[in-house]
Amino acid sequence: MSFLTQDATFWGYRRENGRVGVRNHVIILPLDDLSNAAAEAVAHNIKGAMAIPHPYGRLQFGADLDLHFATLIGAGCNPNVAAVVVIGIEDGWTKKVVDGIAITGKPVVGFGIEGHGDHETIMRASRAAKEYVQWASEKQRVECPISDLWVSTKCGESDTTSGCGANPTVGNAFDTLHALGTTLVFGETSEITGGEHIVAARCKTPEVRDQFMGMFNRYQDMINRNKTTDLSESQPTKGNIAGGLTTIEEKALGNIQKIGKKCTVDGVIDKAEVPSHSGLWFMDSSSAAAEMVTLCAASGFVVHFFPTGQGNVIGNAIVPVIKICANPRTVRTMSEHIDVDCSGLLQRERTMDQTGDQLLEVMMRTINGRFTAAEALGHREFVMTRLFESA
Amino acid sequence: MIHCVLHDPNDSVAVVVTEGVKAGQQLTALILDEDRTITVPCKADIPLGHKVAMKDMPAGTTVIKYGIDIGKVVADIKAGDHAHVHNIKTKRW
Repeated sequence: MSFLTQDATFWGYRRENGRVGVRNHVIILPLDDLSNAAAEAVAHNIKGAMAIPHPYGRLQFGADLDLHFATLIGAGCNPNVAAVVVIGIEDGWTKKVVDGIAITGKPVVGFGIEGHGDHETIMRASRAAKEYVQWASEKQRVECPISDLWVSTKCGESDTTSGCGANPTVGNAFDTLHALGTTLVFGETSEITGGEHIVAARCKTPEVRDQFMGMFNRYQDMINRNKTTDLSESQPTKGNIAGGLTTIEEKALGNIQKIGKKCTVDGVIDKAEVPSHSGLWFMDSSSAAAEMVTLCAASGFVVHFFPTGQGNVIGNAIVPVIKICANPRTVRTMSEHIDVDCSGLLQRERTMDQTGDQLLEVMMRTINGRFTAAEALGHREFVMTRLFESA
Repeated sequence: MIHCVLHDPNDSVAVVVTEGVKAGQQLTALILDEDRTITVPCKADIPLGHKVAMKDMPAGTTVIKYGIDIGKVVADIKAGDHAHVHNIKTKRW
């Protein structure tokens, strides 16, 4: 029985639409690659504002463009964000992002660069950002029930200790959180390969199982269409292999330890889609760390569990990323990156219930305001998932 | 000292969880699902995180970890050998 029970509360920022954030960011969001310079200039001018540069947004079309908008709008809507300034090369698509974020009721405004130039845009956007930062700085944390929490997970630079220690620690914590009515997500569609039958068996209904297998088979077809080798060194990665992982099946069986032993898979979502109710969701997503965490942020998740073996250093611009590691060498050589050391599991010094609670204790401190290692080190990865070539 | 861990008692490989495992050592293996230990003689220097074979596995047979198929043997493996990409491959892709 975990220390974390139904009556647990945390201190979060309740936003205009009722969702609860654990950070209070004012973000300067570029629509496209061309607008990064102006966004970064605004963030430089206005202390407490954060630019989120990224390399895309031009000549995309169809489902790829839809995902671009969903990712940007989702990031702006995330309850960890208090207010948003959008900057785009032109007004039309800029307004589309602004309108998407405005539905939450939070302050948001957009500026197009064409017809004004960088200088005037930076000046106008800086004025707005300054007002937002001062407004946001007066927001107070309020006491919220644990069921208001949304937690995502994805692992990276995994090795065999991930499957024995760090991932089942996340699974233990997910079993606890699932019973408390929180909203949870996992994904990494390609990295289920070899364990898809286990995830399918955990699906709550036959409908969810069919949807999950549909997503899994679609991803397999994409890999089979494009592969030139057995993917060794890509999936598993070179780092995975150096850490002792041999095949995708072995990596997958370790990966899915993150969904614990008890919780059911209650639904599936597409990339950057927002879950419609509490429970554990599967997101059809990339297995690349920064892409997946960015998609979780866009779906509205506010804190992330990231188990690692060989030592992935990733963070995220919007979501605090908690690193969990069971590899005693990584814990020693990369200690500044690790928030939860569960290496004692592999020496029988600790039980899974103890490390699961250890993670939940760090999670509570993090959502109440404590910086994660990645936040303190300035990791702000924000990476768009692309579906196909530009037009 | 636990030298390696396996998930299921029927797993044909175990994961080395300490640094400095050498050929000729007798390894203590922890079965995680049953919380009991067994021993396995080690025939190679095996890095932390890499796998030691728990039994002889001829080429063409299946490797079991977590109690489940994780790939096929592509070069004969003896109990105590280093089991990795040089003698095991995926059955997928």
